[in-house]
Parts: sequence; structure tokens; C-alpha cells
Amino acid sequence: MNVVVCVKQIPDPANPGKLTSETHTIVRDGKLILDDSDAYGVEMALQLVDAAGGGEVTLVSMAPHSETSGLRTALAMGAAKAILVSDDALAGSDALSTAKVLAAAIKRAEPDLVIAATESTDGYTGTTPVQVAEVLGWPSISFAKKVAVADGTVKVDRQTETGYDSVEVSLPALVTVTAGVVEPRYPSFKGIMAAKGKPVEELKVTDLGLEPGQVGAAGARQEVVSVEPAEARKAGEIVVDEGDGYEKIVAFLEQIKVI
Amino acid sequence: MTVNKIWVIVDRQGDKIAPLSLELLTKARSLGGTVEGVTWGDADAIAAEVGSYGATTLHNVGDLAGGLPGPAVAAALAAAIGAGNAPDAILVPHNYDGRDIAARLSVKIDRPVLTNVVGLEEAGDGLVTEHAIFGGTEVLKARFTGEGPGIYVVRTKSFAAEAGDGGPATVSALEVPDLGATGGAKITDRHVEESEGPKLDEAPVVVSGGRGLGEADKYSMIEDLAKLLKGAAGASRAIVDAGWVPYSHQVGQTGKTVKPTVYIAAGISGATQHMVGMKNSKNIVAINKDQEAPIFSIADLGIVGDVHKVLPKLIEALKARS
Repeated sequence: MNVVVCVKQIPDPANPGKLTSETHTIVRDGKLILDDSDAYGVEMALQLVDAAGGGEVTLVSMAPHSETSGLRTALAMGAAKAILVSDDALAGSDALSTAKVLAAAIKRAEPDLVIAATESTDGYTGTTPVQVAEVLGWPSISFAKKVAVADGTVKVDRQTETGYDSVEVSLPALVTVTAGVVEPRYPSFKGIMAAKGKPVEELKVTDLGLEPGQVGAAGARQEVVSVEPAEARKAGEIVVDEGDGYEKIVAFLEQIKVI
Repeated sequence: MTVNKIWVIVDRQGDKIAPLSLELLTKARSLGGTVEGVTWGDADAIAAEVGSYGATTLHNVGDLAGGLPGPAVAAALAAAIGAGNAPDAILVPHNYDGRDIAARLSVKIDRPVLTNVVGLEEAGDGLVTEHAIFGGTEVLKARFTGEGPGIYVVRTKSFAAEAGDGGPATVSALEVPDLGATGGAKITDRHVEESEGPKLDEAPVVVSGGRGLGEADKYSMIEDLAKLLKGAAGASRAIVDAGWVPYSHQVGQTGKTVKPTVYIAAGISGATQHMVGMKNSKNIVAINKDQEAPIFSIADLGIVGDVHKVLPKLIEALKARS
């Protein structure tokens, strides 16, 4: 079974994010890393391919400046190869354009199953994966907290407001996984060394049969009107616990009539 | 484009209309023009309530035969739009099924989506959205350009839900075109996890734990405290990712948005991803060892201390009162 995992390479979330002043897009000039949310999908894919007894995991990513550092992390975990779409024409793409690009790249890998995170950590639009499924004309199951594949059918425990639903569908299909679905492995030293030699195919928009005018800022049909500081919440009283911190909390809860 | 017609996706929680859909109906009503609901399953049962919130028509996609709502609802709406019945705006709840519907509809009608919407106002000739970014420290306003309906995916608690005085909505069947492979996913079983106490996003008191608890077992302190205060237990993404507690407890950008009377954050540093989900709580109490923790910048009461010392004493004190 061949699995594609959509991965996003993002600025380190530990650093405060920034928007460019002109286009109001997220600044991605520094080093990019593999989105933590995607590590679960990569691990899930590796386990499913293992369980199937054959096949490989291919990564598909869209990133500026031929960025591969996040891809190398996922390759070091055990993915076999990667397809990277990197093109200046893609700057400022909205989620729909991104989905069209990813879908076109995914087709080249001819997977049985596509896995993605429910949403990215930086932009968190949260619609791209299911948009990819719709572009491909595939079924999808979002918010999977458990995934198994047998006899050409993927079975998923899908998160709901009140618990979960058991949902199944014939392959090919797309599944989005929540954080915590599996425990991602740490890349081994051997894995890191091997990752350096694994193939990363880099493509341009035109290689995918798409028009540059359909994607990126040129193809976007939404715009930022303004970005302003939010009304700041005033910080209140900060006290160092000297063993009586709990009393302050009790008094506060009394004051606001919660107790 | 003025806003003449708005569709609102009416989702359910159990037999009831999801509170978020009532919030969206209320907002749609306030924007003026015609409000129409879109639902699936037993529409007759909710037509009166949907009507009282301002919708004149309730479009019904009908029985999904075990399928997920996403493909069927999106295809039915796209067909209606193709037939010339396009609204100006489609308000979609930011929840599991809402996001599926918005994503598939977006591709079908080739229009982008604006998600994580927390504010919506008429400005000029259309709607301008508000989005809380960078942990809610900045507000980004955006709008759609070009022709066609705008798809707005709105986060919970962005607007208040208030019933109006409208009569029952007229239920109107919406035809679902052939879904092909996209409709293949079927629900084979539903599992309802019994949870004690109020729901996380409805509770007047929320007590959340984070990495500062040190280990999974210590989360029981959070549950004990929540129970004593008749509240719900929440969690930061860090400990959900670590597998200490299920995803359903997660508060933040990727989890639930909460607005309780008081939010107690224990051992949570206040990553932007967490703050965006709780910063609009009426009161915030934070307990953290690190005086520099960002959570203190929004806390009404901050205790710089060890949760392992403060929480047990707090729990004892509250037990002694009850």
C-alpha cells in the first residue's frame, strides 16, 4: 500500500509569528521546520505501510525557496521520498489554491491513501485536506483518532462532539488525523543519515499543469483589510505563593460569586 | 454586493440544534436580508426553533443513509447555487462536519473560504470578517473579492444566541446530486462517551491543566477541582499531544473555545495556541511556577507557585466548605 502524507514546513512556533507588512502573509523567511501536527500523520502512514507488508510513504509539500529541512525530518522518520512544489508564483496562495496544487502533486504519486493533519499549526485554516479530497474526487474522513486498513478498506474512529463514530470507506481515500493519534518516533541517527540521500522531486506550478495566474496572490479571491493590535486584557494581581496562594484563589472565587 | 440572502448551516448536537448554529442564525438575522437554514436528517423537528431564530426557509438535504454530512450537503448546496439560487454569504459552524462541508463546497463552486471567523460586520458593499491571530494579540480583518457567495466558517462563542419572534421555517427539500466516490464513507457505529458535569464549552467554570502538572496521573487534581466547582476539566494541547488526556478536553486554537465566568489555568504557560481559546473568559486565574509565563499577562489573579503545592490545598479548602 502506498501512502502520501501532506506535510507543511512552518516557522518555528516557539518564535512569535509575524506578518509581512505589505501582503499580510506569514513571514516564512527563516528556517522552516516540520509542523508538529504532521509528525502524527507521518508516523501513522509508516505504521500502516508496515502493517500492509509493503509499499512506501511519499511526502507532498508546498513551500517557498526550495525548503526541505522539514521534509528531511519526515524522511529521517522513514518516509521513502518527497515531492516538493516550490514556486514564487505560489506566494500568497489561499487554502483552495494550495489544495489544487497539492492534489495535482499527489496524483503523480498514485497513492492508495492520503493522510494529513486536521490543520496546520501556523495558518490553521483547517480546510485544505478535505479540499484536496474534493479536487481528487475522493471520499474523506476527517478528525481520525484511530486508523486501520484491511482488505482495501480504511476504518476510522472519528472524533465527534460527544464521543466518536466508527466510519469506513474503500480506498482510495483521504484521512485527517488529530494530534495524539499515534506516538511519533524520533528519527534515529541512521535515519537522519539515510534521509540526506533520499529523493526529493522539486516541481514548479507549470509542471503540474496549472496556470500561475490561478494560484498564489494572483489567484486569491480574499484579501486582508487590516491588522490591528487586539484590545489588551489588563493583567491583574500577580502574587508569589508563600503557602497562602490557595487562600487568594478562594477569596477571588468568592468575590466573583463562583463559590 | 449587499447582503440580501444568507444561508446558515444548522448542525445538531444529539436531538438539539448545536448552540453554535443558533449563534450563527442570530448573527445572520442581525445582518438583515433573508436568512435560510440548511440541515439534514429530521428537519421538521427543528423547523419551529430555526424559524424563531429568524430563518424563513429550512432547506433539507434529507436522510444521509449513514453517510457523512460533508459531501452530500456540499453537493446539494452547489447544485442549488448552480441553479441560480446563490446566497451572498454562507455561515458554517467551525466544527467537525462544518469544516468538511465548507471545504467541499469551496471546491465545487470554486470559491475560497474564510475560517476561524470571530467577528462579522457589514462594511461598504459586503462583509468584513475578524480573526484572532497570534494568540489573540492581533485582530486581522479580511474579506472576499470577486463574484460568488462567501463561505464563512465561524468559531463558537463569537456571537450570542438570542431567539427572535419568527414563525416556523418552511421546510424545503434540497436535491442531492450523485456523489460518486466522494460519498463513500459510511458511519457504522456511534459511540457516546458519558461525561460527568457540564460540557467544556458551556460550563461556567473551566479548570485546565498543562505540562506543569509533570505527569499524566496529576491530571486527577484538575478533575477534582473542576468537580468541586461544578465546572468542566480542560487541557492544553501539550498534554493532549502527550496522550495524558483525550482531545475532547483540549482548549485552544485546535480545540474548544471557552468563555466561562472563570477559567483556572494550572501549569499552563500560555502558548498562543492555547490563549486564543480562552482569553475571552470573564475572569482568569493562573497558577504557574514561571513568573515570566505569558499566561500571567492576561490573568486577573496570578499565583506564581508550584501547582503540586497550590492545587491540593485549594482542593482541601473547597472540600471543607462543601
